[in-house]
Amino acid sequence: MKLTGAQIVWEVLKREGVEVVFGYPGGANLPIYDAMLDYPVHHVLVRHEQGAAHMADAYARVSGKVGVAMATSGPGATNLTTGIATAMMDSSPTVFITGQVVSRFIGFDAFQETDVTGITLPITKHNYLVTRVEDVGPALREAFYIARSGRPGPVLVDIAKDAQQNSTEWQYDPAPLKLRGYRPQRHPLCRQVEQALELIAQARKPLILAGQGVLLSNAMRELQEFAERAQIPVAMTLLGIGGFPASHPLNLGMMGMHGEAWVNQSIQEADLLLAFGMRFDDRVTGNLKTYAPNARKIHIDIDPAEINKNVRVDVGIVGDLRETLQTMLEHLPRLDHSVWLEHIQEMKGESAVRDIQYLPPDGHLYAAHVIHDLWRFTGGDAIITTDVGQHQMWAAQYYRVDQPFQWITSGGLGTMGFGLPAAIGAKFARPEAEVWAIVGDGGFQMTAAELSTAAQEGIKVNVAVINNGYLGMVRQWQEFFYERRYAATPMRSPDFVKLAEAHGLTGLRVERREDVQAALETARASDGTVVIDFRVEQEDSVYPMVPAGADLHNMIRRPVRTAIVETGEDEL
Amino acid sequence: MTMERKMAHTLVVLVEDKPGVLNRVASLFRRRAFNIESLTVGHTEQPGLSRMTIVVEGDDFAIERLTAYLYKLVNVVQVEDLTHTQSVVRDLALIKVQAPPESRTQIMQVVDVFRGRVVDVTNQSLIVELTGDVEKIDGFVEVLRPFGIIEMVRTGVVAMERGSTPLYVPLNGNGQAHPHPETISEN
Repeated sequence: MKLTGAQIVWEVLKREGVEVVFGYPGGANLPIYDAMLDYPVHHVLVRHEQGAAHMADAYARVSGKVGVAMATSGPGATNLTTGIATAMMDSSPTVFITGQVVSRFIGFDAFQETDVTGITLPITKHNYLVTRVEDVGPALREAFYIARSGRPGPVLVDIAKDAQQNSTEWQYDPAPLKLRGYRPQRHPLCRQVEQALELIAQARKPLILAGQGVLLSNAMRELQEFAERAQIPVAMTLLGIGGFPASHPLNLGMMGMHGEAWVNQSIQEADLLLAFGMRFDDRVTGNLKTYAPNARKIHIDIDPAEINKNVRVDVGIVGDLRETLQTMLEHLPRLDHSVWLEHIQEMKGESAVRDIQYLPPDGHLYAAHVIHDLWRFTGGDAIITTDVGQHQMWAAQYYRVDQPFQWITSGGLGTMGFGLPAAIGAKFARPEAEVWAIVGDGGFQMTAAELSTAAQEGIKVNVAVINNGYLGMVRQWQEFFYERRYAATPMRSPDFVKLAEAHGLTGLRVERREDVQAALETARASDGTVVIDFRVEQEDSVYPMVPAGADLHNMIRRPVRTAIVETGEDEL
Repeated sequence: MTMERKMAHTLVVLVEDKPGVLNRVASLFRRRAFNIESLTVGHTEQPGLSRMTIVVEGDDFAIERLTAYLYKLVNVVQVEDLTHTQSVVRDLALIKVQAPPESRTQIMQVVDVFRGRVVDVTNQSLIVELTGDVEKIDGFVEVLRPFGIIEMVRTGVVAMERGSTPLYVPLNGNGQAHPHPETISEN
């Protein structure tokens, strides 16, 4: 059948099961948009292409399917880049389709021409510049295959306008793709699995470090069985949250810079670390020279380049985590580490009284209160998206996630402005779910224009602005490390209630703890998107904290002089 | 443990012959902070495959990392480190040297000793072509320098392992992934 390049785009998307696309039209992708009207796909018109990229990213993380975003050439494409880099760092399966100027103008500085494949080369898993209509189909098929296989990631396809307009004979070929230089290894090698099992048998103080790989490979069940059978406690990375139930007795909590003290201490004392689909990021390890000095290390990852990258390991297994755990479970015996577990419990005992109980009842509203109450209100069942900064860490600490694919945050790149568009993307992935974007006043304003997208789409997401009038995390670093010289961190914001109302949405303001519950109820009862402006304590800090590059066990703790224990209801 | 000594490594990288691949490889070296000492690229016996020979400085650990990063590129088919193998390594130089009649005979003798070839002659100069390993060409350049080198270009090395085994063996239909470095360190 003869089809235009633009039609082929939608044919491939249809075959790939794409139901929703986030994007923005322009001169160089008009043919694609024109052809779209003949296909059963829902297009979400964003207000800035960065938003489209984050929506596609979050859509992918929640649904497990490939997320798709589109933009025109030049500024449309460059606006995508922050979102592409975010998806790259967090291994999110995404396909970005950009229009490019007519092929004979490429290289002549044409209007809205940018070398998009050049710009996105280091922030994509792979990319394509398509200048011939015959290459549109193959490039897009490969893009989807590469995006979702192996270690997932963003793939960009830049299509010249004439390649969209021209026609060619084209038929979808369902045969599996074979790429000469791309064959992700899924099956672990036996010898390495045996070596890992030997190390596990010898260990007395083993610890599992669970990363996002657990979620990406759907290994939640295997992880739980593994941990239970071998009685090994589980610590999670920021992106690993949801891969193991927070309420499980073997769950320790989050590790790293703002992880629980007992988790980091356990890592330092462990004699065996089992790193499952995580990458020993510097925010997780602290000072590498003093990191887990007593531990032998087993690292399972689908990306061979992650093995021995930051931390040299004793056994590195390249493979799909789920398949690898299944193989290991065939041989894993029941083990008993009660002495070690009791020891961790003792450490926890000292520090288990969480920050929230130390907050002074001075009439101020604290971010921890808001997130704790939101967790109770939603029963931990909501999809939570966040921005980046203090509120993100508080959300990671106080919103306890039991289910996978409900905790959506920008980890690797740390992209402010992620929260609201991510919430919109998540809502399209699971329309029946209650979605809350927990954002800071700074990050919210970076992409607040997407409120308009939510309003136009008539979807309901809830935005909890943790408003402290500062770029809070930067302010915290200035407090700790720059003698409280608050350079460029105080921030004056617009009236967020009126901002919501200007979009035809509901806006609420909460200034006292006792009003939190009512606001949450109003938000839930409301039909459309709701913004709640939580005016929280301005100079609160996230505790505990491992300063960047410091030893993992040397954490800054909340000053105890403010310790006043609140009601037992805050017990976690 | 592996040796932690920095030295020049000679990598052979087979890549798909597609637009932008050289850029992808070069960009990776820059991004991951590796310095390329020399890079050559050309066709191979396999249709659709180009062969890069890259000389890069680093210890064995760094080269292992680099190899893993190279394999992440979708267009990279195979990476081999020929440094510790029995290999033929060749560089080619064209050297334009001042050669007035009084020193010409002497220069020609030197060229003979190094088994170079004179490929261009004028009243005042010669262009000499020399092929050999890096040390040989370095030595030749030093000997010529006093005569006055006007211009020089070197291709950078190409390398090939000795023996009858081919570097590239096409994978069968459901073959294993390309070989990647052993992921077990010997403690």
